[in-house]
Amino acid sequence: MKWKRYQKRYKKFPKDVYVTINPKVIRGGKIMKKKFAVLGLAATMMMSLFAGCGGKEASSDTGSVYYLNFKPEADAQWQELAKIYEEETGVKVTVVTAASGQYETTLKSEMGKSEAPTLFQVNGPVGLASWKDYCADLSDTEIYKQLTSEDFALKDGDKVAGIGYVIESYGIICNKKLLAEAGYSIDDINNFADLKKVAEDITARRDELGFDAFTSAGMDGSSDWRFKTHLANIPVYYEYQADGINNTNAIKGTYLDNYRQIWDLYINNSTTDPKQLSVKTGDDAVAEFVSEKAVFYQNGTWAYSDISSIGDENLGMIPIYIGVDGEENQGLCTGTENYWCVNGKASEADIKATEDFMAWVATDDTALKAVCGSQGAMPSGADGMGFVTPFKKNLESDNLLVNIANQYVADGKTPVSWNFTTMPSETWKNEVGSALTVYASDQTDANWELVEKAFVEGWATESQAAGN
Amino acid sequence: MEKAVKKYWPVFVLPTIAAFLIGFIIPFIEGIYLSFCNFTTIKDAKFVGIQNYIEAFKDSNFLGSFKFTTLFAVVSLVLINVLAFLIALALTQNIKGKNIFRTVFFMPNLIGGIVLGYVWQLIFDGIFVKFDTALKLNETLGFWGLVILVSWQQVGYMMIVYIAGLQAIPGDIQEAAMIDGANRFQRLFKITIPNMMPSITICTFLTITNSFKLFDQNLALTGGEPLHKTEMLALNIYTTFYGRVGYEGVGQAKAVVFFIVVVAIGLLQLKLTRDKEVQQ
Repeated sequence: MKWKRYQKRYKKFPKDVYVTINPKVIRGGKIMKKKFAVLGLAATMMMSLFAGCGGKEASSDTGSVYYLNFKPEADAQWQELAKIYEEETGVKVTVVTAASGQYETTLKSEMGKSEAPTLFQVNGPVGLASWKDYCADLSDTEIYKQLTSEDFALKDGDKVAGIGYVIESYGIICNKKLLAEAGYSIDDINNFADLKKVAEDITARRDELGFDAFTSAGMDGSSDWRFKTHLANIPVYYEYQADGINNTNAIKGTYLDNYRQIWDLYINNSTTDPKQLSVKTGDDAVAEFVSEKAVFYQNGTWAYSDISSIGDENLGMIPIYIGVDGEENQGLCTGTENYWCVNGKASEADIKATEDFMAWVATDDTALKAVCGSQGAMPSGADGMGFVTPFKKNLESDNLLVNIANQYVADGKTPVSWNFTTMPSETWKNEVGSALTVYASDQTDANWELVEKAFVEGWATESQAAGN
Repeated sequence: MEKAVKKYWPVFVLPTIAAFLIGFIIPFIEGIYLSFCNFTTIKDAKFVGIQNYIEAFKDSNFLGSFKFTTLFAVVSLVLINVLAFLIALALTQNIKGKNIFRTVFFMPNLIGGIVLGYVWQLIFDGIFVKFDTALKLNETLGFWGLVILVSWQQVGYMMIVYIAGLQAIPGDIQEAAMIDGANRFQRLFKITIPNMMPSITICTFLTITNSFKLFDQNLALTGGEPLHKTEMLALNIYTTFYGRVGYEGVGQAKAVVFFIVVVAIGLLQLKLTRDKEVQQ
């Protein structure tokens, strides 16, 4: 079609329509416009691409704090404390909480960033091994001086690398009301033989009583740590005691038969068929305990808020007896796997700000109330964290389980220390857990040998691997 | 316009190239470098040579998961493609409500792997309770559980690809074959399948690489239980990376080996099926 004719025909079109159709018009000067449009388009795309990368804030002289929190249950409280601290001092505190069970994963990725956490935590000597290059020496800090005992500091040689900030206890939580219905009281249970007698009697009369001895020993990821880590701590503890050590590269498994006894007792006297344990979760066990389907529930002081609904007067806690001589004098398992560390690779100002923040938490009245108190302890009226801290100004707790734990100490019982922080790796715990699950589904000696193998040989292999 | 594109192509590809560099090439090279290092975070890597690779191949679980993954890939490759092809054939016939069927079959593909894993675990264990066992106690059950889950999820997607391929076959070839007296099966094997080779290439490639890379479903459904016997490659790498102090480099080395294996198998498979493609 000739251009003139075309133009005549489409006269009513606005002029810029021609621009795209008529090659002459484009060549005659409009091309510049297009060129700019193209460049503009490309530039915008590039801008949006890089917008996300830049923008690091100029750090002020006061520094700032970035706390990577381990405990999801205390997230709201830390956020609130951070806000209060910022209002009081003008120092910015960022609190990020890792999802349950994802702390190491989150920490590894956060530490690789330019804005890395300045305050993080490790779970003890094994955790420290992977982060020791990042831990600043805290021996001259206020928070270290606030500790009631040297035992709550985590040391790497002479360096104070971590500060324990919460002490916890675990044992077998029991429902005293149900126990009374079965004709017993917690004073009747002073050793493994007693526990076994009571549990097996309840199992024998389960139809008549309407409840079982133990809640399900679930081996789902949300619950298996109660057995592969916490329960396994007790044979480890007794072996360390017998050998007079507090760490080893080669465990002998002296008390593994006792471990088997208690595990047998747990799985054969519970609400659940041992073959079904692999799918039972932590919530299942809580539900069974709260709905009064079982008397015993192995867990610790941190579980108080989950189970307080059955009433303080019905709650008791007994030590985990595994049938060792002299265990009548054994107390609850008490210790910490929460050590605060300061990132030594952060800037001077940030390290200083972080140390000040820690000192504030351990000494300021509002902060301490928030950390130690439970109901309505936060300035906003929300519940506090309910921690027992190893700091000099620690406040009395109204967590019943904590008070029971303190009573055991006051009665002269020996607390069992948390030696599971010396377990050589996560892999070791997982292997023991898998073997326990297999054994629970088919309780033969051959399957118990799997547990023994994971426990003893696994310990040696994992210690060696970690040493590399 | 065309001239402008020819002249200014660098400006056009720049954003994509930049994104590809930042998001893929640079991390990839860094990843390979890290597999020769001992590190906790990527900033403090110390070069240790091939130590990590030696450790990786010493791990019997890694070799075990390699076998398990290969077996899984073969079984799911056959199962997914045969099922998807049959459903595609059925849903290109004139049956009532075929669009609804297509949608329903495709839908599982829209659900995330973790969710699917947990949902199917509930379903399977609900059944296995009756037989006094559980998914995490028996590796055979775990294997078939995974196969069923992944087939259920991916058949719908492959079906869509096959339907598109089936609809692209010109009707006149089929008609000509019919007039020549070819029966249904002859038409399927001599006309339909040879013409479908491009779709088959795509689908086999996707199913093989998906099976090798499978992670979410494995983690949620069996978690590698019992005793690592249902642990696939990706999950093994993950547990190595986070399971021990100082094993990040070994996990990284395994990931590089994993990459080479997946690429090699993918290329081999592409070559094998491409050779069979016909020109229409």
